[in-house]
Amino acid sequence: MSEVKDIVVEKVAKEPLFSNKNKALLKDPLDDNNPITVQVLGICSALAVTSQVYPSLVMSVCVIFVCAFSNLSISLMRNIMPGRIRMIVQLIVIAALVTIVDIFLKAFAFDVSKQLSVFIGLIITNCIVMGRLEAFAMGNKPWPAFLDGIGNGIGYGVILIIVGALRELFGAGTLLGYPILNAEDGSWLASIGYTHNGIMAATPAAAMFIIGILIWIQRSRKPQLVDIS
Amino acid sequence: MQDLINVFIKSAFIENMVLAYFLGMCSYLAVSKTVKTAIGLGAAVIFVLLITAPVNWLINEYLLKEGALGFLGETFAAVDLTFLRFIAFIAVIASMVQLVEMVIEKFSPSLYNSLGIFLPLITVNCAILGTSLFMVQREYSLAESTFFGAGSGVGFFLAIVAIAAIREKIRYSKIPPALRGLGIAFIITGLMGIAFMSLMGIKV
Repeated sequence: MSEVKDIVVEKVAKEPLFSNKNKALLKDPLDDNNPITVQVLGICSALAVTSQVYPSLVMSVCVIFVCAFSNLSISLMRNIMPGRIRMIVQLIVIAALVTIVDIFLKAFAFDVSKQLSVFIGLIITNCIVMGRLEAFAMGNKPWPAFLDGIGNGIGYGVILIIVGALRELFGAGTLLGYPILNAEDGSWLASIGYTHNGIMAATPAAAMFIIGILIWIQRSRKPQLVDIS
Repeated sequence: MQDLINVFIKSAFIENMVLAYFLGMCSYLAVSKTVKTAIGLGAAVIFVLLITAPVNWLINEYLLKEGALGFLGETFAAVDLTFLRFIAFIAVIASMVQLVEMVIEKFSPSLYNSLGIFLPLITVNCAILGTSLFMVQREYSLAESTFFGAGSGVGFFLAIVAIAAIREKIRYSKIPPALRGLGIAFIITGLMGIAFMSLMGIKV
């Protein structure tokens, strides 16, 4: 047992757990290399669940978990895995992790699990998870891969929560269920002609517009991200 | 028969996988730069969906459902394997895509060459897994599932060809530089989604 401990300590001494390089792994996906607005991965499940903040929050936590642990396990296996079957191995690892998340949600948060319906299962085909496995975990050590998974999961979650908050605020006038904008008959907002926006509440098309505008804002701040095609 | 056609129409137009549920977005945005490649990917998706939907239905009905293993004897009658659903479905899809790739390569090398890298990409297309999961959730029968798969595929085909045609034209328009490419593609998709919402009133 003490032998194992010694090896761990030695590795830590070589490179601190949160060296600058590792911090960058966590920080980059939040803005410069955001999975949704820059890498354009994982849009599928990003949109359908964002009509309220709470499901977006739950979805983000699920994606962070799946992303981090699939990166970790694939990175651990990367040297013993035959190249030809790596796609199937990756898919099985992801599917197993998603099954864990699904069962956990069914047991502890049944309402949300009902609301998210098939979209928890669709984390399996969420391109972020697969994309990070191919792009990062296959060529890096477990600890950086784990951090990269967490970073990308958070980068994904941030966008999801922004979209969810905007849609819930303007679609239903609430945030996390608490009333913020009161537009019932007789209130001040109703007297100036404000009503809740049906498109924000009812259709994922609103999420498309919000993400389109987020990309617009981000790229006007950082022109180097613009692609010509 | 009318029921089956209704399921088909519903999944292709009213509940279009791409424009109503926004599934399959990754390949939809990545492969829609020209109409030609969009047609190739759309055709491959229809093909794979036509096979995976009924196969996944059979697996769910006769292996995974609670009590489905009853034909093996009394001891297996209470076995409930539904927790294996995700793994089973994704394995079926991955192997079907591989099989389809091999068959096409053997019988029609020209089609194989034109589809190229899109075939393996289909494995991680959310629309495929989404179809299988919706099919289970809505408790379709085998025939309904087949038509649902075909309808979803046709819906994906329509959506990706439409956006590719729009993107080919819009390349020559004056768009703010920061919005060019992806930004505008998102906004167009949103507009198309709203256009498809008008079909929701149709009762079939």
